[in-house]
Amino acid sequence: MKIYKYGDNVDTDVIIPARYLNAPDEASLASHCMEDIDADFSKTVETGDIIIAGNNFGCGSSREHAPISIKACGVTCVIAKSFARIFYRNAINIGFPIMECPEAVDGISPGDHIAVNFTTGLIENETTGKRYQAEPFPAFVNGIIESGGLLNSLKARGIAK
Amino acid sequence: MSMTMTQKILAKAAGLKSVQAGQLIEAGLNLVLGNDITTPVAIAEFDKAGFTQIFDRDKIAIVLDHYTPCKDIKAAQLCATARNFANRFSITNFFDVGAMGVEHALIPEKGLAIPGDAIIGADSHTCTYGALGAFSTGVGSTDMAAGMATGQAWFKVPSAIRVTLTGTLSPFVSGKDIILHLIGLIGVDGALYQSLEFTGDGVASLEMDDRFTICNMAIEAGAKNGIFPVDDRTREYMKGRTSRDFTVFEADTDAEYTQEVVIDLTSLKPTVSLPHLPSNTRTVDEVSGMPIQQVVIGSCTNGRLKDLREAAAILKGKKVADGVRCIVIPATQQITLEAMSEGLIQIFIEAGAAVSTPTCGPCLGGHMGVLADGERAIATTNRNFVGRMGPVSSEIILSSPAVAAASAIAGCVTNPAALMEV
Repeated sequence: MKIYKYGDNVDTDVIIPARYLNAPDEASLASHCMEDIDADFSKTVETGDIIIAGNNFGCGSSREHAPISIKACGVTCVIAKSFARIFYRNAINIGFPIMECPEAVDGISPGDHIAVNFTTGLIENETTGKRYQAEPFPAFVNGIIESGGLLNSLKARGIAK
Repeated sequence: MSMTMTQKILAKAAGLKSVQAGQLIEAGLNLVLGNDITTPVAIAEFDKAGFTQIFDRDKIAIVLDHYTPCKDIKAAQLCATARNFANRFSITNFFDVGAMGVEHALIPEKGLAIPGDAIIGADSHTCTYGALGAFSTGVGSTDMAAGMATGQAWFKVPSAIRVTLTGTLSPFVSGKDIILHLIGLIGVDGALYQSLEFTGDGVASLEMDDRFTICNMAIEAGAKNGIFPVDDRTREYMKGRTSRDFTVFEADTDAEYTQEVVIDLTSLKPTVSLPHLPSNTRTVDEVSGMPIQQVVIGSCTNGRLKDLREAAAILKGKKVADGVRCIVIPATQQITLEAMSEGLIQIFIEAGAAVSTPTCGPCLGGHMGVLADGERAIATTNRNFVGRMGPVSSEIILSSPAVAAASAIAGCVTNPAALMEV
């Protein structure tokens, strides 16, 4: 696994530029993921890689194409100091793991090897031996993620036809 | 238990007596909105989940505004997908080319958002309708799919920042300058997960179009929603637009706020945001003279009649500078008609500006005004992120319509007050 590390305010326009939103299939979105902030990302990313970022990750547009494109690249999760709120709920709604943990962001460098436990929120930097505890999700939100997304959880609860 | 204005609307929508910040709720929705980019993704999720019914055909709105009139074959396919879905469920409020406008100008104009409503839209600028005293927030496509199927959405009840406006605006200063100034003060995540609740004696002087502009960009401070109190101007605006009765909510006098911000409108100066964040604000005088190659006047932020009047007042009898492309986009068909009857369209065309049918187009670098390498635009839009209107080397400066119009004439960033004195 590799770490990709970015700064504050990574917006959804650089995660997936609007010029590619006319083709919303996963493969196309993945092939342009992060293109305007990191032109090499889509060429080098592999299943199991992790994105680390600063504050307000995913700010801007509500395009769900942003977390979809990251997920479709095979990225395991995004760990950030904070997330913009629409990106945050979009990731939860599509069942894509995200974690808020400022200490982990400061303590992890590109090249480090890390292990993440989504159930406990424990992030372990195996390179440095340091461990970090992310804020756990509330039970309601965990229920959505564990169902595999919002629509699955609504069906499981018998709410929608 | 004291509550903010937003919390009171959410409590009612969730069928609860009271709510408090941080509480997770499921709220009933008065409107679920989507556009030509986000709706097809919602439809795919709706179908994949096996849903076969929508909750209310009158409470879903689909507006084809981003890549329309369709810029290419792929965009046309997206619109066809949305159109077929609207037909399949006989969705009442489906707006196609000829009827559509930029969604956040169109929805209030059609009376589809009213005070006290709880609204979600699969577009981040859905927060615009807070200007009417509604709770309204942007979500993603899966939320739209769930909202269409169930009429509900889950929310974490937000805390709030109180923004007190005092005094009255000076000439050539407008709602855009207020919101850019506020974002400059608190930052692009200054209101993250929170409401921006506007209050103070300065509110009464603000026209509805200014309030729409201000709430529209609440998201650019990270806010969940922006909201204005309901007053005589709101009631006047609502006249003839809806047959629904509306409930007026007011924040409790002892409601808790995480932060208080006071903005003196009287001393506020024309303000711009330099690349590449809306929070990178300067007064126009600090950066006047920066060359520009394109001007965009329009968008869900500033494509309303007041915006066009302010731009036309400056462009009247003058010419767009050589080497500058000026693109004016009235946000709806109705606004276009009113601008025609007031002679504004003639002023724009005689000044050398291009006037377009409603579209989001250039705001998101979609079409109708994409930039080339190294070019700089001044735009009345809402985001100046890297690559938003063109290649990563292009730049966007955000401004009011008055500053954009003055800059079009001068060929560089210009204070309209200075231009009009000459």
